[in-house]
Amino acid sequence: MRAMIVKEFRQLRRDRRTLAMMIVMPILLLVILGYAASFDVSDIPTVVAGPGADVVATALPKSFQVAGTYTATAGQAATWARDELRDGHAAVAIVTASAGGGPLILVDGSQLFTAQAALRQFAAQRSGATATASSADPGRGAAAVANATIQVLYNPQLKTSYIMIPGLAGVILVFVGTVITSLGVVRERQAGTLEQLAVMPLRPADVFLGKIVPYFVVAVVDLVVVLAVGVAVFGVPFRGSLAVFGLGALLFVFVTLGLGVLISSVSQTQGQAIQLAVMTLLPQVLLSGLIFPLTSIVIGVRWIAYLLPLTYFTQISRGVMLRAEPISSLWPPFVYLALLGAVVTGLAIWRFRAFLAPGAAR
Amino acid sequence: MTGPAAGDWPAIPWGAEAVSVSFGGLRALDQVSVGVRSGQVTAVVGGDGAGKTTLLRCVAGALAPTGGAVRRPEAQRIGYLPPSAGVYDDLSVAENLQFRSAVFGITGAAAGRQVGEYLERTGLAAARDRLAGQLSGGMRRKLGVIAAMLPEPELLVLDEPTTGVDPVSRADLWWLIARAAAGGAAVLMSTTYLDEAARAAHVLVLDAGRTLAAGTPAEIVASVPGTIAVVPGRPDDTEERRRAWRRAGTWRVWHPPGVPASEPVRPDLQDAVCVAALRAELAGADA
Repeated sequence: MRAMIVKEFRQLRRDRRTLAMMIVMPILLLVILGYAASFDVSDIPTVVAGPGADVVATALPKSFQVAGTYTATAGQAATWARDELRDGHAAVAIVTASAGGGPLILVDGSQLFTAQAALRQFAAQRSGATATASSADPGRGAAAVANATIQVLYNPQLKTSYIMIPGLAGVILVFVGTVITSLGVVRERQAGTLEQLAVMPLRPADVFLGKIVPYFVVAVVDLVVVLAVGVAVFGVPFRGSLAVFGLGALLFVFVTLGLGVLISSVSQTQGQAIQLAVMTLLPQVLLSGLIFPLTSIVIGVRWIAYLLPLTYFTQISRGVMLRAEPISSLWPPFVYLALLGAVVTGLAIWRFRAFLAPGAAR
Repeated sequence: MTGPAAGDWPAIPWGAEAVSVSFGGLRALDQVSVGVRSGQVTAVVGGDGAGKTTLLRCVAGALAPTGGAVRRPEAQRIGYLPPSAGVYDDLSVAENLQFRSAVFGITGAAAGRQVGEYLERTGLAAARDRLAGQLSGGMRRKLGVIAAMLPEPELLVLDEPTTGVDPVSRADLWWLIARAAAGGAAVLMSTTYLDEAARAAHVLVLDAGRTLAAGTPAEIVASVPGTIAVVPGRPDDTEERRRAWRRAGTWRVWHPPGVPASEPVRPDLQDAVCVAALRAELAGADA
C-alpha cells in the first residue's frame, strides 16, 4: 500500500494542473462564492414616472436606487414605465398617477429575488404609513407607495421555474458546447489520429468546422427539447420573438463550442480537458445571475460575471421569453457574445493551425 | 555515408535534406538526409530514441523541422501511417476506410475492388463491420496501412508498420508494402527489424538523431571497415569486450583495420549496423 501511496503522490506532483485544481480552486471558489452567494437584494433598480416623478424619486427609501425619472402625463408615464421594465433597465417602476387616477407600482417578476425584496419593502412601508398617517405627513414617496396599486409583471406568481428554465437552457448548452466538445480534439490527439488529420488534404478550418458541426446540431436539439419541456411541462411563457432568441442562442452556442475546442487544443489528456471545462462551467453557473442575482454579488467579484458568456445568454433568454424584450434593447449582450465568439474561435483556429499545418513545405 | 549526395537529388523526388529538429533543448534530429525513390522501399532503422519517428513525421508533414528542407508531394498524394495506426477505434473497419476515401475524394468501383482485394488478402474482409478498437494490434496495423494506401499515394510513409505484429501479419503487411512500391509509390518506412531493412532498396541508420550509415544494404555492408569474428563466449580481453556484441547464442567481435582476427565472418546488414553503432560509441567514449 505504501508503494501505491508514494506512486500516486509522485504522479500527482507531476500533474501540475490537477494539483492546482485541488489546492487553488477550493480557496478561490470559497472566496468568490463567499462574496457571490447571496440572495439578499439591497439595491432595487427603480424608475419613477408621472407628474412629480422627481419629487417622488428623491423621497424613496435608500434601497430603491433610482435609475431614471420621467415627468409626463399619466398615460405616457405608464407606457414608459412598462417599456423600462421590459427592457431590463429597472426592476420596479413607480407611476405616480396612472390612467385610473391613483399611483401604480409595476414590479418585474422575472427578476425574482429583486421583486420579492421590493414587495417586502412595499409591505413594510404600507404598514409604517398606516401607523403614521394620522400624526404627520408621510411624504409624497411614502404616500405614493401606500396608496399604490401593485402589479407584478411577467411572472405574477413569482415562480422559480420561470426564471430558472431560460437560464438552465444556457447551462445545458454550456455542457454540450464546452464540456463535451472539449473532449473531441484531445481524444484525437490521444488516439494519434490528430497527426493523421494533419497530413491529410484538410484545411484547419475544415477540421475545426467538421468537429463542431455535430456538437452544434446536438446542442440545438437539446435547446429545442429543453424549451419545449419548459413551456409544455413547467408552463414557462415564451412571449418574445423566436428569431431574436434563436440568434442569441446561435451566438451563445458559437462561443461555447469555440471554448470547448480551445480547451481541447490546450489539453494533453481528456482528464485535463474535463478539468478545464468544469473550471469554466462552475463560475458560469454560480456567477452568471442564474442562481444569485447579479446585484447581490459584491462589485469586486461581479466583474467576473460580466466576462462570462452565460451571463449574457441568461439576459437574452429571460428577456425574450418572459418580457418579450426586443433586440433593440438587447444589443449589448448580442454584441458581447459576437465579440467573445470571434475571439474564442480565432484562438481555437490559431491553436488548430499549430498542429494541423505544422510545415509549409509542400 | 550520410545520405544522398547533392548530385543525386534531381533523381530523387521526395525526402529530407539536412533536416534538424529540436524539442526544447533536445536535438532529436541533426542534419539528417534521406531520399525516397519512386517504386522503391527506403527503410529507416535505429534503436529507441534514434529519431526515426521524428524523421518520418517531418517527411509526412506532421512536424515542421527546425532546419533543413523536406520534399514531399501535395497532401492529396501522401499516405501516412503514424505510430498509433491512425485509425478510429470507435469506427468499424469499413467506416474507417469510408472516412479516408471521403477525405481524399476517392470514388469509383475500381478503388472499391482494390480495397476489397487488400482486405481479403490481409484477412480483414471478415472484420469489415468490427470496430477498429476491437481488432488485434496486427489487424489494426494492417487496416492503417490499407487506409494509408487508399489514395494511391506518390509518397507512402509508414512508421514501424510491423512492430509487435505476428509473423503471419508481418507477411501480410510486407505484401501490402511491396504492392504499394510496385504500384509506383515511394515508400519510406521505419523498422526495428534489420532483416526487414535488408529487404529495402535503401537503408538509413540513425542513432541519437544522427546518421550512422546510409545507402543500399550492400553498400552499408561493404562499408564495414576491418573484420568481424565469431567467438563462442564473451572475450576476456577488455579492449575486445568493448567491440563485442551477442548474436544468436554466440559473440561477435569487430576488429578495426590492421587488427588481426581469427575466424572472420562475412558481415550482413545487422553486423554492419552494430559496427556502425559501436564505432560511434567508441568515438564518443574516446573523445
